[in-house]
Amino acid sequence: MPDIRIENLRKAYGDVAVIEDLNLCMADGEFTVLVGPSGCGKSTTLRMIAGLESCTGGAILIGGRDVTRLEPRERDLAMVFQDYALYPHMNVAKNMSFALRLARYPKAEIDRRVREVAETLDLTAYLARKPAELSGGQRQRVAMGRALVRDAGTFLFDEPLSNLDAKLRGHMRAELALMSRRIRKNMIYVTHDQVEAMTLGDRIVVMRHGKIMQAGPPAELYRKPANRFVAGFIGSPTMNFLKGELVEEDGRLRVDGAGFSIPLPAERAARLQGSARRAVEVGIRPSGFTPADGPDALQLPVILAEYLGTQSIVMSEMGGARVTIELMGSEPIATGGTRMFRIEDKDVHLFDIETEQAL
Amino acid sequence: MSVATANRLTPYLFLAPALVILLGALVYPIIYVIYASFLDWNPSQRIGEASFVGLRNYAKLLSDAAFLESLRVTLAFAAIVVSVEMVLGVGLALLLDRNMKGLTVLRTVFILPMMIAPIVVGLMWRYMYHPTIGIFNRTLNSLGLEPVPWLSDSSWAFAAVIIADVWQWTPFIFILSLAALQSLPKSALEAARIDGARGWQAILYIKLPLMLPVLIVTMLLRLIDAFKVLEVILVMTNGGPGLSTEILSLRINRTASEFRALGEAAAMSNILLLVLMALTLAMFLYTKASEARSRRLAAAQEPAT
Repeated sequence: MPDIRIENLRKAYGDVAVIEDLNLCMADGEFTVLVGPSGCGKSTTLRMIAGLESCTGGAILIGGRDVTRLEPRERDLAMVFQDYALYPHMNVAKNMSFALRLARYPKAEIDRRVREVAETLDLTAYLARKPAELSGGQRQRVAMGRALVRDAGTFLFDEPLSNLDAKLRGHMRAELALMSRRIRKNMIYVTHDQVEAMTLGDRIVVMRHGKIMQAGPPAELYRKPANRFVAGFIGSPTMNFLKGELVEEDGRLRVDGAGFSIPLPAERAARLQGSARRAVEVGIRPSGFTPADGPDALQLPVILAEYLGTQSIVMSEMGGARVTIELMGSEPIATGGTRMFRIEDKDVHLFDIETEQAL
Repeated sequence: MSVATANRLTPYLFLAPALVILLGALVYPIIYVIYASFLDWNPSQRIGEASFVGLRNYAKLLSDAAFLESLRVTLAFAAIVVSVEMVLGVGLALLLDRNMKGLTVLRTVFILPMMIAPIVVGLMWRYMYHPTIGIFNRTLNSLGLEPVPWLSDSSWAFAAVIIADVWQWTPFIFILSLAALQSLPKSALEAARIDGARGWQAILYIKLPLMLPVLIVTMLLRLIDAFKVLEVILVMTNGGPGLSTEILSLRINRTASEFRALGEAAAMSNILLLVLMALTLAMFLYTKASEARSRRLAAAQEPAT
C-alpha cells in the first residue's frame, strides 16, 4: 500500500484560488478524513487526488510516484461518490464488475470477486437488480461494493453518507469503520460532519478557505485545537466562546470575563508570562461545566434544558452571552431557575483575538 | 335541464370549437383521401362524378413497377440518410460536448443548415452540383480531375440528394444528441473514469447506452421526415434521371398532376400514411416505455429513506 503525499497543491479557477499551498502526508493504511464547512476545498482536494480535477500547481505523489498529470485510471484508486454514481443501465453485478471487465479479468475471477464482496455487503440477493430498483441504503452499499471489488491501493470517499437518513447513516458509519479495519487500505474520506470525522478517522484534516487549519488524531484536535476555528468545528455541542482578559494577581494568572473568573494552571500561566491585560477569546467546552457548590461556583440560569436520555443540554447565559452546558445523567433538568457550576481549568481554551491561534 | 347537468356539460361546450376545428382540419381530409383512393377520379371531374372502383387502385399499385421502384427509392433514401445523419450527428455531439472557447459559436454554425427553407437548400445544391459552373466540378477541374455528372447520372444523382439531405438534417440529430449528452449524470461518467474507462470505452459503455432513449426518438422523427421529403429533391432532380431519385412524395405529386389519376395518388398517399403511422406508433410506444423507465429512475434518485 502506498503512502500519499501532497506537496504545495494549488487550485485556482481564473483568479480565484480555492486551494492554496496545501501540504499533506498520509501514511500507509491510514484513514484520513478531510473535514470542513461547505466551500472549504475538501472535495476539490479529493477530486484532485482522484484525477478528476486538474491541479493548478504542486504535486500529488502516490507511493513515491508523481501522479499529478496522470489519468484517474493510472492512479490505482477507487472512489465512492456522494450520489453513488451508479451506472443506471447496468444491474448491480455489472456495476460492481465494470472496472474488472474493462481490465479484462477472467470471467471466473470477476464472478468470484463480485460474489465475495456482495456477500460481505449483503447484496447477493440484489445482484440482478438495476440501481433504480434499490433503496438508498442498498445503492450506497453497491457503490461501496464497486470500490471494494477492485482491490485498489487507495479508497476515496466523497461524502458517501450524506444522502442517507440519520439512522441509516449511523449504521453505515459503523459498517464503514469495520470495513476499513478489515481491509486496512489508504482511505481518504471527505465530510462536513464532524461526528463522521471523529468516529472514522485515524487522522482528521480540518480545512477552511482552501487551507489546512489543523491535522492530527481526533483526540488531539478535540483536546488541543490549534485555533478558534478547529475548536469551534470539532466537538458536539460546539464550544462556547466568550470575551475575556488575562489578569495577573499575586503572581498567579487568571482569565476574567463578564460573569466569570477562572484561574489558569501553573503550566499554562508560565507559557503566557508577560501577557497580563491581554484581551483573549475564551473557549469552554459544554462538557467543561460541572455541577458544584462552594464560594467560587458560578450561578447560572437554566434558560432551556433539552433532555436526551443519558444527558441534558442546557442553554444558559454568562455575562450576557449565551452558553451551552452539557450535563451527564438520566435525570431531566427543569427549565427555569438557576444552578451552580464550576469550570474546570483544563477545559478552558484561550485564543488570540487577532490571529485566532490557540494560546 | 338541471343545473347539475348544465355544469357537467359546460367543459364540453368550451371544448367544442376545438373539436370542430380538429374534425374539419384533420379528420375530414383524411377521410376524404381514404374515400378518394377508392375512386377512378381525374381532376376535371367533381368528386361526386368519379366512379367507385373499390380496391382497384391499391391492387394496381402493387403491380406498378414505377410505384414499387419509387417505394424502394424512398426506403433506401430514408435508411441511408438517417443512418449517415445519426452517425455524423452523434459523432459531432460527442466531439463538441466539452467546455472550450468558441464552441458556442461553432455549435450555432452547425445548426444553421436546419434553419434554411428546403426549397432554398435545393436551389443552392443544384447550383453547386451544376456540371460547368458548380463549385464541385470547378474544384475538380482546377485539380485536373474529371468532372462528375452529379445530377445527370442516376447513381450520382441519388448520392447527390443524399448529401444535400445529410447536410441539412445532421444538425437536427446533433442538437438533440448534444442535449442528451449534457443531461447525462456527470458523476456516472466520472465513476467510469475512475473505474478505468478510456474515452471510447466511456462512450461505448456509458454515454451511448444512457443516450439511447433520446437517440431512438430522434431517429424515428428523422425517419418520418425522410419519408416525406419533397422540396429539395423536386428542385434538384425532379425525381430524375429516370426514376433514380423519385421518392414517394414526388411520385404522388406526378400521379396527381401529370397523370391526372387522383384516385391512384390518394391510394399512394394512404400507403405512405400507413408507413408513417407505423413509425409514429413505434415512437409512441417507445416514448411510453421510456417514460415509465425514467419515472422509475426518478423515484430511485430521490433521497434515501
